[in-house]
Amino acid sequence: MKQTLMVIAGAALMAAVLTAQAPAQPAAAPAGNADTGKKLFVSNGCWQCHGYEGQGGVAGARLAGRLMPFAGFTAYVRRPVNQMPPYVEKVLPTADLARIYAYLQSRPAAPPVASIPLLQK
Amino acid sequence: MARKRTVDRRDFLKGAALSGAAALVPEAVATAAPQAAPAAQPEAGQAARPTVAPAAAREADPAPAVPVTTIDRPGGDFMVDVLKALNIEYVASNPGSSFRGIHESIINYGGNKMPEFLTCCHEESSVAMAHGYFKIEGKPMGVLCHGTVGLQHASMAIYNAYCDRVPIYIMAGNHLDAMGRRPGVEWAHSVQDAAGMVRDFIKWDDAPHSLGHFADSAVRAYKIAMTSPMMPVLLVLDGHLQEEGISAAEAAHMRVPKLTLTAPPQGDAGAVADAARLLVNAESPVIVADRAARTPAGMARLIELAETLQAPVISQHGRMNFPSRHPLNLSEAGRQPIANADVILGLELTDFWGTVTAMRDGLQKTTRSFVKPGAKLISITAVDLYTKSNYQDFQRYPEVDIAMAADAEATLPALIEACRKLITDDRRRVMQERGRRIAEAHAKAQDAMRQEAAHAWNASPISTARLCAEVWAQVRNEDWSLVANSGNTSDWALRMWDMSKYYHHIGDSGAAGVGYGAPAAVGAALANKKYGRLSVNIQADGDFLYAPGVWWTAAHHRIPLLSVMHNNRAYHQEVMHIQRMANFHGRGVTRANIGTTIDDPNVDFAKIAQGMGVYAEGPITNPNDLAPAIQRALAVVKKGEPALVDVVTQPR
Ligand code: HEC
Repeated sequence: MKQTLMVIAGAALMAAVLTAQAPAQPAAAPAGNADTGKKLFVSNGCWQCHGYEGQGGVAGARLAGRLMPFAGFTAYVRRPVNQMPPYVEKVLPTADLARIYAYLQSRPAAPPVASIPLLQK
Repeated sequence: MARKRTVDRRDFLKGAALSGAAALVPEAVATAAPQAAPAAQPEAGQAARPTVAPAAAREADPAPAVPVTTIDRPGGDFMVDVLKALNIEYVASNPGSSFRGIHESIINYGGNKMPEFLTCCHEESSVAMAHGYFKIEGKPMGVLCHGTVGLQHASMAIYNAYCDRVPIYIMAGNHLDAMGRRPGVEWAHSVQDAAGMVRDFIKWDDAPHSLGHFADSAVRAYKIAMTSPMMPVLLVLDGHLQEEGISAAEAAHMRVPKLTLTAPPQGDAGAVADAARLLVNAESPVIVADRAARTPAGMARLIELAETLQAPVISQHGRMNFPSRHPLNLSEAGRQPIANADVILGLELTDFWGTVTAMRDGLQKTTRSFVKPGAKLISITAVDLYTKSNYQDFQRYPEVDIAMAADAEATLPALIEACRKLITDDRRRVMQERGRRIAEAHAKAQDAMRQEAAHAWNASPISTARLCAEVWAQVRNEDWSLVANSGNTSDWALRMWDMSKYYHHIGDSGAAGVGYGAPAAVGAALANKKYGRLSVNIQADGDFLYAPGVWWTAAHHRIPLLSVMHNNRAYHQEVMHIQRMANFHGRGVTRANIGTTIDDPNVDFAKIAQGMGVYAEGPITNPNDLAPAIQRALAVVKKGEPALVDVVTQPR
């Protein structure tokens, strides 16, 4: 079968590769306001594929509870390797991405499965 | 020709009442002729317009000297006899004058039973109801529509059924004989070649010229529709043939031919043996099934094959192929089983190429095969026997190693047998070990599914996982049937619910033509009704709005159906597409809602449904309100009626 491009299957792996090439970023996540971040997460359409809570689904990976470091996060959003469309700096400045990142970080952890009767076998 | 037939029939009718009727016709013409207005004389200076006949010969209808105002047995009655012989249980139809003859015959001569007339509000609903009905009942439902405006409305739904390999028995009314058409609308509702409009996506059509011809073609159409690959067929019913009396000559030799359904084609014996050798000797075989199980027997056979080989099964959900909780079910494991496989058996796959290849929807459409080099691909599909050119649903050309143009379900017994013969004790030990590993992977995938479902559990809008879990909790102890494809809810129902019976899921729409969901659910629910099953529908909001009249049809015909709405207030797939375009073009990434969302104002779906006589609640935004609302709706459904719970949900 025709192979025009080798894409590494694991998005996280690729993001890690890209992190190395990304411009220098603060090691720790930059300060960002989670409330503003929520608005930006919605207005920029991240919710469409990732869900309002970043819970993921068929259209996009789960972001809540498994956030990669900010540098990798930014690198991925700028140059996604698979189905996600890219967001360039011009339309989504890194400062706003930091706010989105803060919002995603602020998502409460999922309740343990054991605590949800409906999810028992 | 049509003209001649009409005259013959009139002869018969008059002949029944009096003698020498044929002679009356010219007489009637002669009597009528002097009544025509005289032709206007050309004014001075104007050239006389050429005319083909003197004005005095202007057309006039022959007035019968002795009016025959009633007949005992119209052609439509015989058509009903044929439909009864074919066991057509229902005809779904929005009433129309081009088939008023057979309509009247169905309700009066036929007693509105076998077939029963289902009042529909849109021909798209009629066809999609028939589509859903087949998925449960395994036989076609009739559809009646105008050959013109009705077929035009019906066409998208016909295309869905065609792509989904589902037989629909469509009958379209038309008045071919122009001389018998009423002026005005009946001309606009007449067409030379009614089937032409949909011929690209039906399997066969005919426009019978006599009642005997109708019987012949009606049985043939049924047989063709039910031969793999199954597809819709279309009979054009001439209006005069329906309405006028059965001639003595016709009556003498009219009969319904015997129907013998075609045995589905099995794979070539040599190809089956080759496939068995590959499968038995494979280290990591995988079975991928899309429209594999046509009937409950198909499901049982697939289980048998998988267990014989201890091979994992990935269902692409075109049909209810394999139990969701069978330890060999790896449908939720993503691409990994396919990427690891050395032999891939594809059963009635819509898209084998897409099963083994990824395409990136980027600015450049890059592709990548993710199968191991040297992996062998085996395809069994009846669609190889019947491919048309215009519509491109045949997908990209797959490079396979063995291709059997055969019905997968019918081929499975021979394949299982061939595999059994080749399995040595050594191979059996290897297979059993493999089976254990797959069962572990299945259990892991189930656990991971539950973990994922817990995310956004308490969110509002309500998560699609929560939605499906809440519905499941209410229906799991009933004899339920999911009459929706559930695709837009991240497949939570398919992943979470314990699906083990053929009627637990009706599969997909075929061509993703939106508007299929609600009517298909109603049609499937109608089929489930006589078995006392609880039909459950996960209803998308955009789909609801295409032809909402089907909710009235469900109420009118007392069709029990529990619908829970996945209301994300958008044509959400398109929201994502527009977002993609904006991102690619580096502009306006905050405007993807324009033209794609269904808000401002939010649609009050409960009110719409209530207005059509359907019990409805919502919109529900708090996940804790879901269980009691579903319980109330369920109580209504158990009384034999439809009910809707509108739930405001996460996008996917
Ligand atoms: C049109 C759908 C879509 C939109 C809109 C979208 N994403 Fe994604 N995103 C995806 C998909 C699909 C993936 C999974 C990997 C892939 O296919 O690229 C993904 C992956 C990611 C990842 C990598 C996750 C991981 O762990 O590998 C990050 C980070 C991410 N998205 C952030 C965002 C942010 C932030 C936004 C909004 C600014 C956004 N996405 C908008 C579809 C989308």
